[in-house]
Parts: sequence; C-alpha cells; structure tokens
Amino acid sequence: MKIELGQWRAGGNLAGNGVDLTGRELAIEARGLVKRFDGFTAVDGVDIAVPRGAIYGILGPNGAGKTTTLRMLLGIIDPDEGYRRVLGAERPTDVARRIGYLPEERGLYPAMKAYEAIGFLAALRGVPLKEGRRRGRELLEAHGLGYAADRQIRQMSKGMAQTVQLLGTLVHEPDLVVFDEPFSGLDALNQGKLERMIRDLAARGTTVIFSTHVIAHAERLCDQVAIIAGGKVPFAGPVDVARDRLRPQVRLETRAQDGPWRAALPADARHEGAFWFFTLPESGVEPLLRALIEGDAGILSLSIERAGLHDAFVAIAGEAAAKALEESAGETR
Amino acid sequence: MTGWTEKLRAALVIARRDFVAVVFSKTFIFFLIGPAFPVIVGGLAGSIGDKVQQNVDRPTIGLAMSAADAGRMVAARAELDGRVPGTIPELVVLADVRPGEAFDARAALADGARPVAAVVGGTLDAPTLTAPRERARQWVGVVSNLAARARAAEPTVYPEVAVEEVATSVAKVKTGQTYTAQGAQVLLFLLTMLLAGMVLSNLVEEKGNKIIEVLAAAIPMDAMFMGKLFAMLAVSLVGIAVWGSVGGAIVLAGAKSLPSVPAPAVGWPLFALLGFLYFAMAYLLMGSLFLSIGGMATTVREVQTLSMPVSMFQLMVFFFSSYALTSPGTWVEWFSLIFPVSSPYAMLARAAQHGEVWPHVLALGWQGLWVIVIVRAGALLFRRTVMKSGPAQGRRGVWARLFGKGAKAY
Repeated sequence: MKIELGQWRAGGNLAGNGVDLTGRELAIEARGLVKRFDGFTAVDGVDIAVPRGAIYGILGPNGAGKTTTLRMLLGIIDPDEGYRRVLGAERPTDVARRIGYLPEERGLYPAMKAYEAIGFLAALRGVPLKEGRRRGRELLEAHGLGYAADRQIRQMSKGMAQTVQLLGTLVHEPDLVVFDEPFSGLDALNQGKLERMIRDLAARGTTVIFSTHVIAHAERLCDQVAIIAGGKVPFAGPVDVARDRLRPQVRLETRAQDGPWRAALPADARHEGAFWFFTLPESGVEPLLRALIEGDAGILSLSIERAGLHDAFVAIAGEAAAKALEESAGETR
Repeated sequence: MTGWTEKLRAALVIARRDFVAVVFSKTFIFFLIGPAFPVIVGGLAGSIGDKVQQNVDRPTIGLAMSAADAGRMVAARAELDGRVPGTIPELVVLADVRPGEAFDARAALADGARPVAAVVGGTLDAPTLTAPRERARQWVGVVSNLAARARAAEPTVYPEVAVEEVATSVAKVKTGQTYTAQGAQVLLFLLTMLLAGMVLSNLVEEKGNKIIEVLAAAIPMDAMFMGKLFAMLAVSLVGIAVWGSVGGAIVLAGAKSLPSVPAPAVGWPLFALLGFLYFAMAYLLMGSLFLSIGGMATTVREVQTLSMPVSMFQLMVFFFSSYALTSPGTWVEWFSLIFPVSSPYAMLARAAQHGEVWPHVLALGWQGLWVIVIVRAGALLFRRTVMKSGPAQGRRGVWARLFGKGAKAY
C-alpha cells in the first residue's frame, strides 16, 4: 500500500482500529494526549502510533515533553485529556508485565546484588523471584558480567550498574520496550552495544520506543519518529517521510557562466564559488536536466542530496527547537 | 490484570524486598536493642532514686519530754502502728526533760550526729512540735493522735475483725477494667509511636536512588504503598516478638510473676487477639497517613522536619482517646470510636470494658476500609504531585508540592 506524503500529517499516522495507515498492527496508539502541571501544559495534544515490531524514536530537545509523553504511555501518570492504547489495553498498567521500561534517571537498590536486582525487576513484572534470579545470572553471563553477579550494585561502576538495569528491563522478555534517553551517560562503545541490542530486539519482533535528543541515534535506528517540541508533535511517521518533507538540495557546476539555461534555475538559487545551490524544483529533475542540456550549460557536476533528519527537524520543528535540540545534545556530551 | 490479586502479588514483592532490606541490615540490631536503652536508664534512675528515698524517707521524730511521757508516746506508737493507714514515724528519746526545764529543739534538729526530722516536747496534755513547715503540717495530726492515745488511762481494746475475702466486686471490676483499658491504650500508643514514624522516610530511599519510576511503571502505586506498609508492619512485629520474648524470659528468669492485671471484659485470649489486630490497624492507619505525607518529601532533611508534627499528631490522637475513656456515653467517646485514627485505641479500651464482640468486627472492617482509602488517596496524590519530570520538581518543597500552584514542572 502506497501512502501519500500528505497522509503522514503532523499529528500521526493513525488509521483507527489499532492499525496505522499501512495496515500494520499498532503496539501504541495515542490521540490528543494533554498533560498540564500547575497550569503549565507540558504535553499538548500529542498523537502517536507505534507499529508492532518497529523501532520508534521520540525526538526533541530537553523539556519538549518526551518524558511526560512516555510516562503517560506507560501509565505512570494519566493524561488530562486524550486517549491511549498500549498493547491493546486502554490502561497501560493492565499490560505492565509485557512492557520493559528504562527511565532516564537510572536507579537500583544499592545493597542488592546484581542478580538479585534483575530478579527483583523480573518479579515486579510477574516472573517468579527464583526464576528471575536464575535468568539474571544467565543474562549477566551472556553480557560478560557473570563475574559480577554476586557483587552489590553499590560496588559496581556506573556503566556496570546501567547494564544491570538494562538487563532488568529485558529480563521478562517484554513485547514492548520503552527507553527514556537510553544513550545518555554511555560512552561510545556502550552506545554501540545498546544500538545493536535495540536492533536485535526489533529483529525478534519486540517493539522499541525511545526518546532522544540526539538526531544521529534516531536517524540510524528508527523506522519512525515523532518530532516533539514545546509539547506538540508536528510530525510523526517514517524517517524517510520526514526527510521527504524537504525538497532535495541540488548542487550544480557548469562550464557556461550564463545563458538561456539560467531560466531553468529557481529564482532563489545561490551562486557560491563555482557552484549553484538550489532546491530541486517541484517539477523534478528531468525538466531541469533537459533545460540545462538544451540551454548549453555544460554540466560539469550535478548532485542531488536528500535532506537529512536534522534538516527535516529544522524544517518541521523550527529553528528555535533545532537550536534547543543542539544545546540538549551539547549538555549530554 | 490489575485486580486485587495482582495488586496483592505486587505488594508482596515490595514487602519482601523492604522486609529483607531492613531485617537483614546491620543497623536492625540497633532497632532491636533500642528499647533497652530507656529501660536501662529508667532502671538505673529508679534504683538510684530508691536509694535516695530510702535514705531520705526514713524520718524519725525526737522526743524531748519527761521519761514517763516519752515512754507512753513510744507505747502508743507501737499500739497504733498497723491500725492506721500510712506509716507512723519512728520515735527516739532525745532527752528526759522534766516539766519546767528548757530544751533547745532547734539545736537538736541541727545536730548532725543524731538526725531527727522533728522534735516533740512539752507534755502529753500540751505537746509541742518543732519541725520544718512541711513536716509540721504532715505530722501535727500524727503527734496529736499519739499524745491522745498516750494520755488514755486504759489501753484501748481493739476487737478482732472477721474477714471474708471475695474475689472481686462490681466496683473493683469496673475500676480494674478501666486500668486495663488505660494500660492497653498506653501500650498501643507506645508501639505505634515507636514504629509508625519509621514509614515517614520510607519513600525517600526509592526517590533518592531513582528506582521509584521503575516501580511506578511496573506496578500500581497503591500496591507499592501497601507493600511498604506490610513490610514495616512485619518489621514491627519482629521487633515486638523479640522484645516480648526477651521481656518474658527476664520475668521467668527472675521467677517473678507479672503484676496482677484486671481481666478485660472480653477475656484475655480475645483481648490479646484484638490487641494484635488493633495494633495492626493503628499501625496501618498511621503508617498510610505518614507514608502519604512522607511521600511528598524528597530529602531526609524534609522527613526530619515532618517527624515532629507527625509525632505531635500521634500524641493528640492518644490524648483524645484517653480523654474519651473518661467520658463514657458522651459524643466524645462515640467520636473517638468512629474517627479512623483514634478508633483502634478507643476500641481496644472498649474491649477491656465491654464484653460484646460484634462491635469489634464492625470497627476492624471500618478501619480496614480507611486504610484502603488513605492508601489509595496517598498513591493518587503521589502520582499527581511527585511523578513529574523536569528539574523544577526536585527543588519544590513539600508544601508547594501539596498545595502550590504555578511552579513549572514538565
């Protein structure tokens, strides 16, 4: 089924009845979520549709409403307005056993041993404690931390403790995993490991949704993103569709400096050095090429660059939100 | 899935974690030996006080009368001793003072070699008492009585009284049961005062180490509150069991029987059961209230600030229940029976005084209902006020979180 670009409108890709516009079954479906705190509207009419098995990113600067949105989707807080359905349940807490959640602010009981901590997190999600502890040892072993299974959390490095919590998030084999800023505080090596883990989860059919203010992570990992700024979601849909919101950029180098071919260039084309820069006209590349050839421009080079997610973010959310996003990423670094 | 069974399961997961964390911590031993400190201090203070009292309160009255009068006074004391309530001071003859002779009573009182608390001089018809004001007021009647007895020409014949002892009387039972009720209230208050305050700081750990959000996402918040209350109740019961066992062992080792406590109206076995149940209810009611209030605190400092008004609140509830005990049948008693947090105290006192059982079933149900209401309200308040993201939240005080408006949190 081919979806017209305009259908991935600002505000989501919901088709209703628990499926998205492509007919994929949804793990998360939310419409018009609103949350106010003390008169301040933190989230203002958010629509999100996360297909089952997708890797879905919520991209926005600090304070945009990412965490509040995730908390509403998880049932930690209730929306003041709007509707949400998670794994088919209108009350997310009803399906808490099928969800894994890694909050932005990591935390474990310091006196617990690593395998006990994983067992405890499993028990919270309905796995018998003994079984959870057994799985905890297995997972620690599988991730190279078997030697630290009996070590107390307080005796571990921050990175090790984060890994323990991550394993605790996945120990009950959830259908949906929610990560809030999962890459913050991780070094490049561990960020890479986490990216692989997210891909593996999705490959096994697990739905993964994560918030981030780092565009590169969203661009590398996500099938779909929701761009959030000031509590609103101006775009939610496939990453490719977001990029296609911007016309491709053309870089042209010609032998001739002037001629009738110039009429084929848009009025706002910039000439810098030997190159012309302009947005690919709505009519497409073929009429442009024809006009350049027939007008004897003498094409030396011509490249058409598709917009990146960063450019899409700027175009969709605005310069101010993009600047805030960069500042957020800077704070994290 | 979030039915009662699921909530109970989740509550037990939390309760187990908290119970193990507290009971198997090194500091738990201090919790267990904590009550020993006031007992030791009280014992030491008591024994020192006793010794001082023994030295101070063995008063002696010196006699400065003629030898005959003095002899009759001593005989009169021996005759009256045991036949009047209280203790008659010892009498010692200081000097044989004949009529017309002078005796310096003030000098005798100041004489450290032979300390007396008062001096009786003069004659049996006109005795004089020289003593400090308090002693003089205390003993003037005694001296008058002794002199009157000593003056009598014939010894008084005291008839034998035939005594028929009965187990009790209605008046004695009522009075005794009131004492039992008061004692039970005091014990209940001491235990809840000692233990319920602990839950104030219970959520600070979770908030401090950031695990609160994981818990909130995984289980219903009221299940978490219930789990924490169950855990602390279990910890309290461990403490009570240990203290009770040690206390019992000491009593047995000392081969001393417990002081005779009047039997409560419902009988000892049921009273003990009700005592346990009302302790649990008092603990859960106070605990749920304190947990909800403490849940608003983000730091240990805030918890410490809250602990004083919370203790005062407990004291007020106790005083109110005690006052209600003295006003049977009035609206005060009824209010203390119905008001949820005072109800366990008032109902335990009632168990000591009245034999009906059904009101206790009703009261326990009522109190249990309020535990659920407070826990749910506390959990709701916690979710609404604490589970917000953003940096502004951490800096807001308890008051602002409970009642404030306009602060930015996202």
